[in-house]
Amino acid sequence: MFEKILIANRGEIALRIQRACREMGIKTVAVHSEADAEAKYVKLADESVCIGPAQSTLSYLNIPAIISAAEVTDAEAIHPGYGFLSENADFAERVEQSGFVFIGPRPETIRLMGDKVSAKDAMKASGVPCVPGSEGALSDDSDEIIRAAKDVGYPVIIKAAGGGGGRGMRVVHTEAALLNAVSMTKNEAQTAFGNPVVYMEKFLENPRHIEIQVLADEHGNAAFLGERDCSMQRRHQKIIEEAPAPGLDPKLRDKIGERCAEACRKIGYRGAGTFEFLYENNEFFFIEMNTRVQVEHPVTEMITGIDIVQEQIRIAAGLKLSFKQKDIQLKGHSIECRINAEDPYTFVPSPGRITVYHMPGGPGIRVDSHVYQNYVVPQYYDSMVGKLIAYGATREQAIARMKTALSEIVIEGIKTNVPLHQDLMRDAAFVQGGTSIHYLEHKLAAAKAKPQ
Amino acid sequence: MDLRKVKKLIDLVSESGIAELEITEGEETVRISRYGQAQPQAMMYSPYQSFMPAPAAPAAAAIEAAPAVAAQPDGHTVKSPMVGTFYRASSPGSKNFVEVGQSVSAGETLCIIEAMKLLNEIEADQSGVIKAILVENGQPVEYGEPLFIIG
Repeated sequence: MFEKILIANRGEIALRIQRACREMGIKTVAVHSEADAEAKYVKLADESVCIGPAQSTLSYLNIPAIISAAEVTDAEAIHPGYGFLSENADFAERVEQSGFVFIGPRPETIRLMGDKVSAKDAMKASGVPCVPGSEGALSDDSDEIIRAAKDVGYPVIIKAAGGGGGRGMRVVHTEAALLNAVSMTKNEAQTAFGNPVVYMEKFLENPRHIEIQVLADEHGNAAFLGERDCSMQRRHQKIIEEAPAPGLDPKLRDKIGERCAEACRKIGYRGAGTFEFLYENNEFFFIEMNTRVQVEHPVTEMITGIDIVQEQIRIAAGLKLSFKQKDIQLKGHSIECRINAEDPYTFVPSPGRITVYHMPGGPGIRVDSHVYQNYVVPQYYDSMVGKLIAYGATREQAIARMKTALSEIVIEGIKTNVPLHQDLMRDAAFVQGGTSIHYLEHKLAAAKAKPQ
Repeated sequence: MDLRKVKKLIDLVSESGIAELEITEGEETVRISRYGQAQPQAMMYSPYQSFMPAPAAPAAAAIEAAPAVAAQPDGHTVKSPMVGTFYRASSPGSKNFVEVGQSVSAGETLCIIEAMKLLNEIEADQSGVIKAILVENGQPVEYGEPLFIIG
């Protein structure tokens, strides 16, 4: 097992990884920008290294600085968390070339799944159903593009091959808008991802976002840990996640889960990963795979009892999964609310000093947050200040516990989206379960349109 | 007993609540004691002094936090622009790039910081005299760490 791990991230996930390491008796190195010098996990780390100024490109995305920090602290492995460099195949490669273990998949796998076109091809070859669409990348030929859209059937969505996570996409409803949309998406993709390749998919009108968590070791073992329903989204960003997905037929779950586990074995996947699907009319359609631990991993941990971050570390150290597929039983229901430093209805970010801070507790309540009273939420990074997770024997109990917990939260000095979460916990459609990925935006638009 | 070791002992006494520390190594003894808030002083003793165990750290309230090193000379602080290992010379055994008291011009190499097997020359960002060298040869440094004071 590793003696020292460098945590190449910040915020709540840095604290989460640190906690896993401490529990396992592994020393931690916290790298941080100047803006994060006062972070909780920096103070708690065995060693900390300032790697750059506040700007992410000069710090958390600064590959030489991070690897250099591992060198001077004699760390053995680097955990990339989520976001930042976690799905950067070059980073994974350089980490390994520099003699450290990258806690995640092999660089080739990251590359394969990072290109959304090749990812789909790999999934199709493994028997994982995909969203119908263009066979591979769209050419520059206008006639071919028009024909492809006719075959797929409107409405279609144009997506950047180098994109993902909700970025680099455009919906097209009519042929008249098609060619323009394709060229605009190509240009945006070139600017944002350095890769102008786009592909086309059928745009599903009312799907849910359901994803499958997998873990695979280097001994050929791969297992799925149930699913998560992350349909409550705004601008492709998840706000609430839950496990299991309400109303999902267990037979369908097992079928799609086993396909994902088999795909892992086939491509030699290593570590934690998530297969993301759109789910409509009892059918699953693969959209992309995330080759890292995800923000919403806690809800899976609550219903399976598995510590996903510790499994990542064990896998990276060459150990076998600590469980077999038959050991995975989904018990109870868990919901996670992402607490962001933003106005709950205008979504304008609200960085600043947290003057009063009090978190809830009690049965079935878990708080994953790095902030504390007097902590200054920096303006340089994403606005998530923590995650509130509720667990119950039933979905109703999880919702009831979440409501109580939300009512106990005190965060003053900054605005947060707690009022929005309270609103959603009371929302009839959410309480019923199974809302689509468009539900929240429709709800917010309707609230805006209502005469005050 | 070499000076670097003595300096480390001085820092130790400064940073901790210890009032007096005496260490005997072979035939040499060093005693470092703190008087009120003045800087700790090192006194070298003859070989025949007996070893005295350091007194238990006094109540923290009685000791104010002491500066870790002698008061910084005035001047411009050159900070490390990167993470790595600090070296005074271009290779082991070579002459140091600069010494305290030396005049430097802007753009002159002050030191090397090694990162990922690459040696990076760190240049003076202004001209002046090296008033202090704040880190030791071979010490790991982080981004923003003070390296030199140029006055």
